[in-house]
Amino acid sequence: MGRADVEAVWRIESARIVAALTRFTGDFGLAEDAAQEAVAEALVSWPLACPANPAGWLMATARRRAIDAIRRRTALQDRYAELAADLAVGPAAGSAVDEDIDPDKIDDDVLALMFISCHPVLSPEARVALTLRVVGGLSSEEIARAFLVPVPTVQARITRGKKTIAAAGVPFELPAAAERRERLGGVLSVLYVIFTEGSTATSGERLLRPDVAYEAIRLARTLAALQPDEPEVHGLLALCELTAARFPARTGPDGSPILLEDQDRRLWDFSAIRRGLAALAKASTRGLGPYGLQAAIAATHAAAPSVEATDWERIVLLYEVLGRVAPSPVVELNRAVAVAMASGPAQALAIVDELIALDRLPGSHLVATVRGELLARLGRRPEARAELELAARLCANQRERSVLLRKAAALS
Amino acid sequence: MAKYMLIMRGTDESNAAMMADIDEMMATTRQFIEEMVKAGVLLAAEGLDDPSRGVVVDFSGQAPVVTDGPYGETKELFGGYFLLDVASQQEAVEWASRVPAAPGSKIEVRRVAGSDEVPQAAQ
Repeated sequence: MGRADVEAVWRIESARIVAALTRFTGDFGLAEDAAQEAVAEALVSWPLACPANPAGWLMATARRRAIDAIRRRTALQDRYAELAADLAVGPAAGSAVDEDIDPDKIDDDVLALMFISCHPVLSPEARVALTLRVVGGLSSEEIARAFLVPVPTVQARITRGKKTIAAAGVPFELPAAAERRERLGGVLSVLYVIFTEGSTATSGERLLRPDVAYEAIRLARTLAALQPDEPEVHGLLALCELTAARFPARTGPDGSPILLEDQDRRLWDFSAIRRGLAALAKASTRGLGPYGLQAAIAATHAAAPSVEATDWERIVLLYEVLGRVAPSPVVELNRAVAVAMASGPAQALAIVDELIALDRLPGSHLVATVRGELLARLGRRPEARAELELAARLCANQRERSVLLRKAAALS
Repeated sequence: MAKYMLIMRGTDESNAAMMADIDEMMATTRQFIEEMVKAGVLLAAEGLDDPSRGVVVDFSGQAPVVTDGPYGETKELFGGYFLLDVASQQEAVEWASRVPAAPGSKIEVRRVAGSDEVPQAAQ
Protein backbone atom coordinates (compact mmCIF):
# COMPACT_ATOMS: atom_id res chain seq x y z
CA MET A 1 0.00 0.00 0.00
CA GLY A 2 1.35 3.40 -0.98
CA ARG A 3 0.77 6.94 0.17
CA ALA A 4 -2.29 7.39 -2.04
CA ASP A 5 -3.93 4.28 -0.55
CA VAL A 6 -3.37 5.53 3.00
CA GLU A 7 -4.78 8.93 2.03
CA ALA A 8 -7.83 7.29 0.45
CA VAL A 9 -8.70 5.39 3.64
CA TRP A 10 -8.02 8.51 5.71
CA ARG A 11 -10.34 10.64 3.57
CA ILE A 12 -13.18 8.21 4.18
CA GLU A 13 -12.50 7.75 7.89
CA SER A 14 -11.07 11.03 9.20
CA ALA A 15 -14.32 12.71 10.26
CA ARG A 16 -15.61 9.56 11.99
CA ILE A 17 -12.30 8.90 13.76
CA VAL A 18 -11.74 12.47 14.97
CA ALA A 19 -15.41 12.72 15.98
CA ALA A 20 -15.35 9.43 17.92
CA LEU A 21 -12.03 10.33 19.57
CA THR A 22 -13.27 13.79 20.56
CA ARG A 23 -16.30 12.22 22.19
CA PHE A 24 -14.03 9.63 23.84
CA THR A 25 -11.45 12.13 25.21
CA GLY A 26 -13.53 15.30 25.39
CA ASP A 27 -10.61 17.13 23.77
CA PHE A 28 -10.88 18.19 20.12
CA GLY A 29 -7.24 19.28 19.74
CA LEU A 30 -5.90 16.11 21.32
CA ALA A 31 -8.17 13.97 19.14
CA GLU A 32 -6.95 15.68 15.99
CA ASP A 33 -3.29 15.33 17.01
CA ALA A 34 -3.76 11.63 17.80
CA ALA A 35 -5.50 11.02 14.49
CA GLN A 36 -2.66 12.75 12.62
CA GLU A 37 -0.11 10.59 14.44
CA ALA A 38 -2.01 7.50 13.35
CA VAL A 39 -1.93 8.63 9.71
CA ALA A 40 1.80 9.34 9.96
CA GLU A 41 2.34 5.83 11.33
CA ALA A 42 0.19 4.31 8.61
CA LEU A 43 2.30 6.02 5.95
CA VAL A 44 5.36 4.27 7.39
CA SER A 45 3.97 0.84 8.25
CA TRP A 46 1.30 0.06 5.60
CA PRO A 47 3.73 -0.11 2.69
CA LEU A 48 5.57 -2.84 4.65
CA ALA A 49 2.54 -4.77 5.87
CA CYS A 50 -0.97 -3.82 4.93
CA PRO A 51 -3.46 -4.35 7.79
CA ALA A 52 -6.45 -6.60 7.15
CA ASN A 53 -8.80 -3.81 8.27
CA PRO A 54 -7.17 -0.47 7.45
CA ALA A 55 -10.01 1.63 8.87
CA GLY A 56 -9.97 -0.33 12.14
CA TRP A 57 -6.19 -0.03 12.29
CA LEU A 58 -6.38 3.77 12.00
CA MET A 59 -9.05 4.02 14.69
CA ALA A 60 -7.23 1.70 17.10
CA THR A 61 -3.89 3.44 16.58
CA ALA A 62 -5.37 6.92 16.94
CA ARG A 63 -7.11 5.78 20.11
CA ARG A 64 -3.83 4.48 21.52
CA ARG A 65 -2.05 7.73 20.66
CA ALA A 66 -4.82 9.67 22.36
CA ILE A 67 -4.33 7.62 25.50
CA ASP A 68 -0.56 8.18 25.31
CA ALA A 69 -1.17 11.92 25.13
CA ILE A 70 -3.53 11.86 28.08
CA ARG A 71 -1.05 9.78 30.04
CA ARG A 72 1.47 12.58 29.57
CA ARG A 73 -0.85 15.06 31.17
CA THR A 74 -0.62 14.66 34.91
CA ALA A 75 -3.62 16.87 35.51
CA LEU A 76 -5.77 14.30 33.79
CA GLN A 77 -4.59 11.34 35.90
CA ASP A 78 -8.05 10.32 36.94
CA ARG A 79 -9.48 10.42 33.51
CA TYR A 80 -6.50 8.36 32.30
CA ALA A 81 -7.16 5.66 34.87
CA GLU A 82 -10.70 5.45 33.60
CA LEU A 83 -9.60 5.26 29.97
CA ALA A 84 -6.82 2.78 30.68
CA ALA A 85 -9.29 0.48 32.38
CA ASP A 86 -11.46 0.89 29.35
CA LEU A 87 -8.56 0.01 27.06
CA ALA A 88 -7.64 -3.09 29.09
CA VAL A 89 -11.01 -4.62 28.33
CA GLY A 90 -11.19 -2.97 24.93
CA PRO A 91 -11.35 -4.78 21.62
CA ALA A 92 -8.29 -6.16 19.85
CA ALA A 93 -6.53 -3.87 17.41
CA GLY A 94 -7.79 -4.27 13.87
CA SER A 95 -11.38 -4.88 14.76
CA ALA A 96 -11.72 -1.76 16.84
CA VAL A 97 -13.47 0.52 14.42
CA ASP A 98 -16.94 -0.93 14.85
CA GLU A 99 -16.70 -1.01 18.63
CA ASP A 100 -15.17 2.47 18.96
CA ILE A 101 -17.72 4.11 16.73
CA ASP A 102 -21.15 4.16 18.30
CA PRO A 103 -23.53 3.92 15.34
CA ASP A 104 -26.28 5.75 17.25
CA LYS A 105 -24.04 8.70 18.03
CA ILE A 106 -21.58 8.92 15.15
CA ASP A 107 -23.79 11.05 12.89
CA ASP A 108 -24.32 13.61 15.63
CA ASP A 109 -20.61 13.46 16.45
CA VAL A 110 -19.58 14.15 12.84
CA LEU A 111 -22.08 17.01 12.82
CA ALA A 112 -20.65 18.33 16.11
CA LEU A 113 -17.22 18.11 14.49
CA MET A 114 -18.42 20.36 11.66
CA PHE A 115 -19.86 22.84 14.15
CA ILE A 116 -16.68 22.95 16.25
CA SER A 117 -14.46 23.36 13.15
CA CYS A 118 -16.61 26.32 12.04
CA HIS A 119 -17.01 27.81 15.52
CA PRO A 120 -17.37 31.62 15.64
CA VAL A 121 -14.44 31.97 18.10
CA LEU A 122 -12.13 30.87 15.26
CA SER A 123 -10.71 33.16 12.59
CA PRO A 124 -12.29 32.61 9.16
CA GLU A 125 -8.99 31.13 7.88
CA ALA A 126 -8.82 28.70 10.80
CA ARG A 127 -12.43 27.58 10.17
CA VAL A 128 -11.62 26.75 6.56
CA ALA A 129 -8.37 24.97 7.43
CA LEU A 130 -9.86 22.94 10.29
CA THR A 131 -12.94 21.94 8.29
CA LEU A 132 -10.87 20.69 5.37
CA ARG A 133 -8.43 18.96 7.69
CA VAL A 134 -10.66 17.19 10.20
CA VAL A 135 -13.94 16.80 8.33
CA GLY A 136 -12.58 16.57 4.78
CA GLY A 137 -9.47 14.56 5.67
CA LEU A 138 -7.11 16.74 3.64
CA SER A 139 -3.44 17.09 4.56
CA SER A 140 -1.84 20.46 5.34
CA GLU A 141 -0.10 20.23 1.96
CA GLU A 142 -3.41 19.75 0.14
CA ILE A 143 -5.03 22.66 2.02
CA ALA A 144 -2.02 24.88 1.27
CA ARG A 145 -2.34 24.00 -2.43
CA ALA A 146 -6.07 24.70 -2.35
CA PHE A 147 -5.65 28.19 -0.89
CA LEU A 148 -2.31 29.05 -2.49
CA VAL A 149 -0.62 29.67 0.86
CA PRO A 150 2.59 28.17 2.30
CA VAL A 151 2.25 24.86 4.21
CA PRO A 152 3.58 26.36 7.51
CA THR A 153 0.81 28.98 7.31
CA VAL A 154 -1.83 26.24 7.18
CA GLN A 155 -0.15 24.35 10.03
CA ALA A 156 -0.05 27.52 12.12
CA ARG A 157 -3.75 28.21 11.45
CA ILE A 158 -4.67 24.70 12.56
CA THR A 159 -2.48 24.80 15.69
CA ARG A 160 -3.78 28.23 16.66
CA GLY A 161 -7.35 27.15 15.92
CA LYS A 162 -7.11 24.15 18.24
CA LYS A 163 -5.65 26.35 20.99
CA THR A 164 -8.46 28.86 20.54
CA ILE A 165 -11.09 26.13 20.88
CA ALA A 166 -9.39 24.84 24.05
CA ALA A 167 -8.92 28.32 25.55
CA ALA A 168 -12.54 29.23 24.90
CA GLY A 169 -13.66 25.95 26.48
CA VAL A 170 -15.88 25.16 23.51
CA PRO A 171 -17.76 21.95 24.37
CA PHE A 172 -18.03 19.10 21.87
CA GLU A 173 -21.76 19.02 21.33
CA LEU A 174 -24.50 20.08 18.95
CA PRO A 175 -25.47 23.73 19.43
CA ALA A 176 -28.64 24.27 21.45
CA ALA A 177 -31.84 24.59 19.42
CA ALA A 178 -31.96 28.38 19.94
CA GLU A 179 -28.61 28.98 18.26
CA ARG A 180 -28.58 25.98 15.91
CA ARG A 181 -29.86 27.87 12.86
CA GLU A 182 -27.31 30.66 13.23
CA ARG A 183 -24.41 28.25 13.81
CA LEU A 184 -25.53 26.21 10.81
CA GLY A 185 -25.32 29.42 8.78
CA GLY A 186 -21.71 29.70 9.95
CA VAL A 187 -20.94 26.18 8.71
CA LEU A 188 -22.62 26.90 5.36
CA SER A 189 -20.59 30.06 4.85
CA VAL A 190 -17.32 28.16 5.46
CA LEU A 191 -18.33 25.57 2.85
CA TYR A 192 -19.28 28.35 0.43
CA VAL A 193 -15.94 30.11 0.94
CA ILE A 194 -14.19 26.84 0.04
CA PHE A 195 -16.43 26.42 -2.99
CA THR A 196 -15.88 29.94 -4.31
CA GLU A 197 -12.12 29.57 -3.94
CA GLY A 198 -12.45 26.69 -6.40
CA SER A 199 -15.03 28.32 -8.68
CA THR A 200 -13.40 31.76 -8.94
CA ALA A 201 -9.86 31.64 -7.58
CA THR A 202 -9.19 34.95 -5.82
CA SER A 203 -5.60 34.97 -6.96
CA GLY A 204 -3.13 33.00 -9.03
CA GLU A 205 -2.78 31.67 -12.51
CA ARG A 206 -5.95 29.62 -12.91
CA LEU A 207 -9.57 30.77 -12.81
CA LEU A 208 -11.08 27.44 -11.84
CA ARG A 209 -9.81 24.85 -9.42
CA PRO A 210 -12.43 22.10 -9.63
CA ASP A 211 -10.65 19.92 -7.06
CA VAL A 212 -11.13 22.64 -4.40
CA ALA A 213 -14.77 23.13 -5.40
CA TYR A 214 -15.23 19.36 -5.21
CA GLU A 215 -14.21 19.32 -1.53
CA ALA A 216 -16.94 21.85 -0.73
CA ILE A 217 -19.56 19.89 -2.67
CA ARG A 218 -18.59 16.69 -0.92
CA LEU A 219 -18.83 18.35 2.51
CA ALA A 220 -22.17 19.94 1.56
CA ARG A 221 -23.49 16.49 0.56
CA THR A 222 -22.40 15.13 3.94
CA LEU A 223 -24.11 18.00 5.72
CA ALA A 224 -27.28 17.49 3.64
CA ALA A 225 -27.31 13.81 4.63
CA LEU A 226 -26.88 14.70 8.31
CA GLN A 227 -29.30 17.67 8.35
CA PRO A 228 -31.93 16.63 5.80
CA ASP A 229 -34.59 18.95 7.25
CA GLU A 230 -32.61 22.18 6.82
CA PRO A 231 -33.63 23.81 3.52
CA GLU A 232 -30.57 26.09 3.29
CA VAL A 233 -28.20 23.11 3.40
CA HIS A 234 -29.92 21.81 0.26
CA GLY A 235 -29.90 25.37 -1.10
CA LEU A 236 -26.13 25.59 -0.75
CA LEU A 237 -25.67 22.13 -2.25
CA ALA A 238 -27.92 23.11 -5.18
CA LEU A 239 -25.98 26.33 -5.72
CA CYS A 240 -22.65 24.48 -5.75
CA GLU A 241 -23.87 21.70 -8.07
CA LEU A 242 -25.47 24.14 -10.53
CA THR A 243 -22.41 26.41 -10.55
CA ALA A 244 -20.00 23.50 -10.96
CA ALA A 245 -22.15 22.16 -13.81
CA ARG A 246 -20.88 25.09 -15.90
CA PHE A 247 -17.19 24.46 -15.18
CA PRO A 248 -16.51 22.50 -18.40
CA ALA A 249 -17.69 25.51 -20.44
CA ARG A 250 -16.17 28.26 -18.33
CA THR A 251 -12.59 28.17 -19.56
CA GLY A 252 -11.08 27.90 -23.02
CA PRO A 253 -8.38 25.41 -24.00
CA ASP A 254 -5.73 27.94 -22.87
CA GLY A 255 -7.40 28.41 -19.47
CA SER A 256 -8.83 31.86 -20.23
CA PRO A 257 -12.29 32.59 -18.81
CA ILE A 258 -15.37 32.32 -21.02
CA LEU A 259 -18.29 34.50 -19.95
CA LEU A 260 -21.79 33.06 -19.56
CA GLU A 261 -23.01 34.64 -22.81
CA ASP A 262 -20.20 33.00 -24.82
CA GLN A 263 -20.30 29.55 -23.22
CA ASP A 264 -21.04 26.44 -25.26
CA ARG A 265 -23.97 25.22 -23.21
CA ARG A 266 -23.69 21.72 -24.65
CA LEU A 267 -20.59 21.35 -22.44
CA TRP A 268 -22.56 21.90 -19.22
CA ASP A 269 -22.65 18.84 -17.00
CA PHE A 270 -26.27 17.76 -17.21
CA SER A 271 -26.06 15.15 -14.46
CA ALA A 272 -24.76 17.89 -12.12
CA ILE A 273 -27.66 20.13 -13.21
CA ARG A 274 -30.11 17.31 -12.43
CA ARG A 275 -28.56 16.86 -8.97
CA GLY A 276 -28.67 20.62 -8.43
CA LEU A 277 -32.36 20.83 -9.38
CA ALA A 278 -33.17 17.89 -7.08
CA ALA A 279 -31.40 19.67 -4.20
CA LEU A 280 -33.20 22.93 -5.05
CA ALA A 281 -36.55 21.15 -4.82
CA LYS A 282 -35.64 20.05 -1.28
CA ALA A 283 -34.55 23.61 -0.48
CA SER A 284 -37.89 25.05 -1.56
CA THR A 285 -40.08 23.41 1.06
CA ARG A 286 -40.39 26.46 3.33
CA GLY A 287 -39.53 29.41 1.06
CA LEU A 288 -36.01 29.95 -0.18
CA GLY A 289 -33.18 31.37 1.92
CA PRO A 290 -30.17 33.24 0.51
CA TYR A 291 -28.42 30.10 -0.82
CA GLY A 292 -31.64 28.69 -2.21
CA LEU A 293 -32.36 31.98 -4.00
CA GLN A 294 -28.90 32.02 -5.57
CA ALA A 295 -29.45 28.39 -6.58
CA ALA A 296 -32.78 29.37 -8.14
CA ILE A 297 -30.97 32.02 -10.18
CA ALA A 298 -28.38 29.45 -11.28
CA ALA A 299 -31.23 27.05 -12.14
CA THR A 300 -32.85 29.71 -14.35
CA HIS A 301 -29.60 29.97 -16.31
CA ALA A 302 -29.30 26.17 -16.42
CA ALA A 303 -32.78 25.90 -17.97
CA ALA A 304 -32.08 28.48 -20.68
CA PRO A 305 -30.85 27.41 -24.13
CA SER A 306 -29.06 30.76 -24.62
CA VAL A 307 -28.49 34.16 -23.00
CA GLU A 308 -31.19 35.72 -25.18
CA ALA A 309 -33.71 33.04 -24.28
CA THR A 310 -33.01 33.39 -20.55
CA ASP A 311 -35.88 34.44 -18.29
CA TRP A 312 -34.16 37.65 -17.13
CA GLU A 313 -37.37 39.03 -15.61
CA ARG A 314 -37.40 36.07 -13.23
CA ILE A 315 -33.72 36.59 -12.44
CA VAL A 316 -34.30 40.28 -11.65
CA LEU A 317 -37.14 39.25 -9.36
CA LEU A 318 -34.99 36.65 -7.59
CA TYR A 319 -32.22 39.22 -7.07
CA GLU A 320 -34.77 41.66 -5.62
CA VAL A 321 -35.89 39.02 -3.11
CA LEU A 322 -32.27 38.10 -2.38
CA GLY A 323 -31.48 41.79 -1.80
CA ARG A 324 -34.26 41.89 0.79
CA VAL A 325 -33.36 38.72 2.73
CA ALA A 326 -29.57 39.15 2.46
CA PRO A 327 -28.76 42.74 1.47
CA SER A 328 -25.31 43.11 -0.03
CA PRO A 329 -23.65 45.38 -2.59
CA VAL A 330 -22.58 42.30 -4.61
CA VAL A 331 -26.24 41.29 -4.91
CA GLU A 332 -27.06 44.84 -6.05
CA LEU A 333 -24.35 44.65 -8.68
CA ASN A 334 -25.67 41.32 -9.95
CA ARG A 335 -29.18 42.75 -9.99
CA ALA A 336 -27.84 45.56 -12.18
CA VAL A 337 -26.48 43.00 -14.66
CA ALA A 338 -29.84 41.23 -14.76
CA VAL A 339 -31.71 44.54 -15.16
CA ALA A 340 -29.44 45.39 -18.09
CA MET A 341 -30.52 42.14 -19.77
CA ALA A 342 -34.21 42.52 -18.91
CA SER A 343 -34.71 46.26 -19.44
CA GLY A 344 -31.57 47.72 -20.98
CA PRO A 345 -28.23 49.24 -19.90
CA ALA A 346 -29.43 52.74 -18.92
CA GLN A 347 -31.53 51.53 -15.98
CA ALA A 348 -28.71 49.21 -14.90
CA LEU A 349 -26.14 52.02 -15.00
CA ALA A 350 -28.25 54.00 -12.54
CA ILE A 351 -28.03 51.10 -10.03
CA VAL A 352 -24.24 50.84 -10.48
CA ASP A 353 -23.73 54.59 -10.16
CA GLU A 354 -25.69 54.57 -6.93
CA LEU A 355 -23.43 51.80 -5.59
CA ILE A 356 -20.40 53.94 -6.47
CA ALA A 357 -21.93 57.13 -5.01
CA LEU A 358 -22.50 55.33 -1.71
CA ASP A 359 -19.02 53.73 -1.94
CA ARG A 360 -20.57 50.33 -1.25
CA LEU A 361 -17.85 48.24 -2.96
CA PRO A 362 -14.65 50.27 -2.71
CA GLY A 363 -11.73 48.93 -4.73
CA SER A 364 -13.77 46.17 -6.40
CA HIS A 365 -12.85 45.29 -9.96
CA LEU A 366 -16.36 43.90 -10.44
CA VAL A 367 -18.05 47.31 -10.17
CA ALA A 368 -15.67 48.76 -12.75
CA THR A 369 -16.10 45.69 -14.99
CA VAL A 370 -19.90 45.94 -14.99
CA ARG A 371 -19.85 49.73 -15.40
CA GLY A 372 -17.42 49.41 -18.31
CA GLU A 373 -19.66 46.84 -20.03
CA LEU A 374 -22.77 48.99 -19.56
CA LEU A 375 -21.02 52.12 -20.89
CA ALA A 376 -19.84 50.13 -23.91
CA ARG A 377 -23.42 48.98 -24.59
CA LEU A 378 -24.56 52.62 -24.36
CA GLY A 379 -21.93 53.58 -26.96
CA ARG A 380 -19.89 55.71 -24.52
CA ARG A 381 -16.64 54.13 -25.71
CA PRO A 382 -13.87 56.35 -24.18
CA GLU A 383 -15.51 56.16 -20.74
CA ALA A 384 -16.04 52.41 -21.16
CA ARG A 385 -12.39 51.88 -22.01
CA ALA A 386 -11.17 53.87 -18.99
CA GLU A 387 -13.52 51.91 -16.75
CA LEU A 388 -12.34 48.50 -18.06
CA GLU A 389 -8.72 49.55 -17.67
CA LEU A 390 -9.49 50.51 -14.07
CA ALA A 391 -11.09 47.08 -13.59
CA ALA A 392 -7.95 45.37 -14.92
CA ARG A 393 -5.77 47.31 -12.47
CA LEU A 394 -8.01 46.24 -9.55
CA CYS A 395 -8.31 42.56 -10.56
CA ALA A 396 -6.03 40.02 -8.83
CA ASN A 397 -6.70 37.06 -11.12
CA GLN A 398 -4.32 37.16 -14.08
CA ARG A 399 -6.69 35.33 -16.41
CA GLU A 400 -9.53 37.74 -15.77
CA ARG A 401 -7.20 40.72 -16.04
CA SER A 402 -6.04 39.85 -19.54
CA VAL A 403 -9.65 39.45 -20.71
CA LEU A 404 -10.44 42.94 -19.35
CA LEU A 405 -7.44 44.49 -21.08
CA ARG A 406 -8.41 42.83 -24.36
CA LYS A 407 -11.92 44.26 -24.09
CA ALA A 408 -10.58 47.71 -23.26
CA ALA A 409 -8.21 47.60 -26.24
CA ALA A 410 -11.09 46.62 -28.55
CA LEU A 411 -12.85 49.87 -27.64
CA SER A 412 -10.04 52.18 -28.79
CA MET B 1 -11.43 14.21 -8.24
CA ALA B 2 -13.21 11.98 -10.68
CA LYS B 3 -16.20 9.76 -11.15
CA TYR B 4 -15.83 6.01 -10.93
CA MET B 5 -18.27 3.22 -11.61
CA LEU B 6 -18.11 0.13 -9.45
CA ILE B 7 -19.49 -2.56 -11.73
CA MET B 8 -20.83 -5.59 -9.91
CA ARG B 9 -20.00 -8.84 -11.69
CA GLY B 10 -21.69 -11.87 -10.22
CA THR B 11 -21.42 -15.57 -11.14
CA ASP B 12 -24.16 -18.19 -10.87
CA GLU B 13 -22.62 -19.29 -7.56
CA SER B 14 -22.34 -15.78 -6.08
CA ASN B 15 -25.87 -14.93 -7.21
CA ALA B 16 -27.15 -18.11 -5.58
CA ALA B 17 -25.27 -17.25 -2.37
CA MET B 18 -26.79 -13.78 -2.44
CA MET B 19 -30.33 -15.08 -3.00
CA ALA B 20 -29.94 -17.57 -0.14
CA ASP B 21 -30.08 -14.69 2.33
CA ILE B 22 -31.49 -11.87 0.29
CA ASP B 23 -33.00 -9.99 3.27
CA GLU B 24 -29.66 -9.83 5.02
CA MET B 25 -27.98 -8.76 1.78
CA MET B 26 -30.54 -6.02 1.18
CA ALA B 27 -30.12 -4.72 4.73
CA THR B 28 -26.31 -4.58 4.58
CA THR B 29 -26.44 -3.01 1.12
CA ARG B 30 -28.83 -0.31 2.34
CA GLN B 31 -26.48 0.41 5.24
CA PHE B 32 -23.50 0.58 2.89
CA ILE B 33 -25.36 2.98 0.58
CA GLU B 34 -26.21 5.20 3.53
CA GLU B 35 -22.54 5.30 4.51
CA MET B 36 -21.56 6.46 1.03
CA VAL B 37 -24.30 9.10 1.04
CA LYS B 38 -23.05 10.46 4.37
CA ALA B 39 -19.50 10.49 3.01
CA GLY B 40 -20.78 12.67 0.15
CA VAL B 41 -19.53 10.32 -2.58
CA LEU B 42 -22.57 8.43 -3.93
CA LEU B 43 -24.14 9.74 -7.15
CA ALA B 44 -26.19 6.72 -8.18
CA ALA B 45 -26.69 3.04 -7.44
CA GLU B 46 -28.81 0.52 -9.27
CA GLY B 47 -29.25 -3.22 -9.48
CA LEU B 48 -30.28 -5.11 -12.62
CA ASP B 49 -33.00 -7.70 -12.96
CA ASP B 50 -32.23 -11.40 -13.60
CA PRO B 51 -30.09 -11.73 -16.76
CA SER B 52 -32.32 -14.54 -18.07
CA ARG B 53 -35.11 -11.96 -18.41
CA GLY B 54 -32.86 -9.73 -20.51
CA VAL B 55 -32.90 -9.18 -24.25
CA VAL B 56 -29.84 -8.82 -26.49
CA VAL B 57 -29.83 -6.68 -29.60
CA ASP B 58 -27.05 -7.97 -31.87
CA PHE B 59 -25.52 -5.71 -34.54
CA SER B 60 -23.27 -8.35 -36.14
CA GLY B 61 -25.40 -8.64 -39.27
CA GLN B 62 -26.86 -6.06 -41.62
CA ALA B 63 -29.95 -5.55 -39.51
CA PRO B 64 -29.99 -5.77 -35.71
CA VAL B 65 -31.08 -9.20 -34.44
CA VAL B 66 -33.02 -9.41 -31.19
CA THR B 67 -32.68 -12.51 -28.99
CA ASP B 68 -34.14 -13.28 -25.57
CA GLY B 69 -32.04 -14.29 -22.61
CA PRO B 70 -28.70 -13.40 -21.03
CA TYR B 71 -25.76 -11.84 -22.84
CA GLY B 72 -23.46 -14.42 -24.49
CA GLU B 73 -21.46 -16.96 -22.56
CA THR B 74 -20.06 -14.41 -20.12
CA LYS B 75 -19.48 -16.08 -16.77
CA GLU B 76 -19.36 -12.84 -14.79
CA LEU B 77 -22.49 -10.96 -15.65
CA PHE B 78 -23.04 -7.25 -15.01
CA GLY B 79 -25.56 -7.17 -12.17
CA GLY B 80 -25.58 -3.59 -10.95
CA TYR B 81 -23.46 -0.56 -10.26
CA PHE B 82 -22.50 2.21 -7.87
CA LEU B 83 -21.50 5.56 -9.37
CA LEU B 84 -19.09 7.44 -7.08
CA ASP B 85 -17.64 10.94 -7.05
CA VAL B 86 -14.31 10.50 -5.24
CA ALA B 87 -10.91 12.14 -4.88
CA SER B 88 -8.83 9.34 -6.37
CA GLN B 89 -8.85 5.87 -7.91
CA GLN B 90 -7.49 4.57 -4.60
CA GLU B 91 -10.57 5.91 -2.85
CA ALA B 92 -12.84 4.22 -5.39
CA VAL B 93 -10.98 0.96 -4.78
CA GLU B 94 -11.28 1.39 -1.01
CA TRP B 95 -15.06 1.81 -1.35
CA ALA B 96 -15.21 -1.18 -3.69
CA SER B 97 -13.45 -3.32 -1.08
CA ARG B 98 -16.21 -2.41 1.39
CA VAL B 99 -19.13 -3.46 -0.84
CA PRO B 100 -21.09 -6.27 0.83
CA ALA B 101 -20.56 -8.52 -2.19
CA ALA B 102 -21.34 -12.25 -2.19
CA PRO B 103 -18.38 -14.66 -2.21
CA GLY B 104 -17.25 -15.47 -5.74
CA SER B 105 -18.38 -12.16 -7.25
CA LYS B 106 -16.09 -9.46 -8.58
CA ILE B 107 -16.22 -5.69 -8.81
CA GLU B 108 -14.76 -3.88 -11.78
CA VAL B 109 -13.64 -0.30 -10.97
CA ARG B 110 -13.75 2.00 -14.00
CA ARG B 111 -13.23 5.75 -14.27
CA VAL B 112 -15.94 7.74 -16.03
CA ALA B 113 -14.33 9.70 -18.86
CA GLY B 114 -14.92 13.45 -18.92
CA SER B 115 -16.85 15.09 -21.76
CA ASP B 116 -13.56 16.56 -23.01
CA GLU B 117 -11.84 13.17 -23.28
CA VAL B 118 -11.67 10.78 -26.19
CA PRO B 119 -12.43 7.25 -24.98
CA GLN B 120 -9.28 5.12 -24.70
CA ALA B 121 -10.43 2.50 -27.18
CA ALA B 122 -10.99 5.10 -29.90
CA GLN B 123 -7.47 6.51 -29.79
